[in-house]
Amino acid sequence: MADYKKPLPHPTAVTLPFWEAAKRHELQIQQCGSCRAYVFYPREVCSECLSPDMSWVQVSGKGILYSYTIAQAPTHSSFTEDVPYVIAIVELAEGPHITTNIVGCKIEDLKVNMPVVASFADVTPDITLVKFRPA
Amino acid sequence: MSIKGKAAITGFAEMSPQKDAEGRTPLGIMATVAREAIADAGLEKKDIDGLLTGWAMGEYSILWPSVVAEYLHLQPRYFNQVELGGASAAGMVWRAAAAIDAGMCHTVLCVVGDTRRVSTPGRKLPPFPPNDAEFDAPYGLIAANPGYALIARRHMAEFGTTPQQMAKVAVDQRKNACKNPAAIFGAKEITIDDVLNSRMIVDPLHLLEIVSPCTGGGAFIVTSAEQAKRGPHRVVSLLGAGEAGGHCSITHAQSLTTSLVKPAAESAFKMAGVSPKDMHFVQPYDCYTITVIVSLEDAGFCKKGEGGRFVEEHDLSYKGDFPCNTHGGQLSFGQPGLAGGMSHVIEGVRQLMGRGGERQVKNATIGYVNGNGGIMSEQCSLILAVQ
Repeated sequence: MADYKKPLPHPTAVTLPFWEAAKRHELQIQQCGSCRAYVFYPREVCSECLSPDMSWVQVSGKGILYSYTIAQAPTHSSFTEDVPYVIAIVELAEGPHITTNIVGCKIEDLKVNMPVVASFADVTPDITLVKFRPA
Repeated sequence: MSIKGKAAITGFAEMSPQKDAEGRTPLGIMATVAREAIADAGLEKKDIDGLLTGWAMGEYSILWPSVVAEYLHLQPRYFNQVELGGASAAGMVWRAAAAIDAGMCHTVLCVVGDTRRVSTPGRKLPPFPPNDAEFDAPYGLIAANPGYALIARRHMAEFGTTPQQMAKVAVDQRKNACKNPAAIFGAKEITIDDVLNSRMIVDPLHLLEIVSPCTGGGAFIVTSAEQAKRGPHRVVSLLGAGEAGGHCSITHAQSLTTSLVKPAAESAFKMAGVSPKDMHFVQPYDCYTITVIVSLEDAGFCKKGEGGRFVEEHDLSYKGDFPCNTHGGQLSFGQPGLAGGMSHVIEGVRQLMGRGGERQVKNATIGYVNGNGGIMSEQCSLILAVQ
């Protein structure tokens, strides 16, 4: 794992709870205490009503494959050995969209709107990425 | 009250895109095209009292408008940078018109140029936006290719758009490029099979559906309607402009398939008091084939979801029934940084001035131009017309 070369997140004070939850293999996002909107990515205030009353909630980890692309050429040199890989947007059951990879699915079985569920990838001792697999 | 008809574009210059910088620097390119554009407008450097510019990957820094003003030794009374990615040049047109109408200045030089690579030893490329770096890049959603592939895939799923339809955009625009000596890929026409047999890069987008970064630059002059009458060319007036934004990462766009071109184009057509069917040509930003299809739908040239069929059923060449990106589009002309977006503005002006040469659209007096930045993140639509 020490030789993990792909880009890694550098959590901030605001985003750290998301990455700490991921490390525990839990998907947590923010919810606004004022307008109840679910918010992703993490922010200091609600993106809908700008309220600072944000709390972290565990969400279902379920969603649908909103769209995907199969990278047949690396989108960054550090991904060269992964080709082909699937870059995707998942629409969480709670509403927000999240950038991810689809794992555990043959390329020919991918389908827009198919149900998916979170799958956690411990890529370094510090960082776990939130990927998705067919539900 | 609007800026309709208040200002005009009276001259332009464009460097032919080249694959490598060959020792050129963004500032040097900007200065070269600035000189040529000022001369083309029949003006002298001392007549320029406004400056709008945009970043250049090769040399970008803080205080960039002053960097450019200093290099050109200008003393503008109005100056700024427009940071709307590929929509920057279109965004410059109405900002220049508004500044002129507000009495801030009389004549604005709008200039961009880039080498797409760091041109000064020891410098770095500008960083990614913070959310993209933390929540997109770790999954390989990096730069524009995968973002537009996500749009294409969703468009195919929602509306049945086909790879053949997307390829048709590249094929027709190449016909235009073959009549444009400045185009980087203008040597020979291509077929739909050529596009579909080119290397798959980010499925569903093939190599020939993706712009090629290169070195180049462009400049144009915006001045008051009054001053424009004294210029050497047919006066090309700004009739309408509209702008829209709201996301940076495509993951956080309100929709993948209905873009911000819709509100931008609606504003532009409303200000101009004309409709899509009145246009004699269109110059929509075309970083990818799918960009053109989505943009034509959202600008109102066809219904949402019918863009694939629309490009299939119309001849997009300069002599066709729907002239589109008559310079070849960036897909064939090349994408010299922000000058790629400027190429659509300049081609629109060129056609309206009647300077289209072999690819002149007959009797063109009004046209639609769109600038698009980021991953459909920044949209600026313009209606330009012969006054």
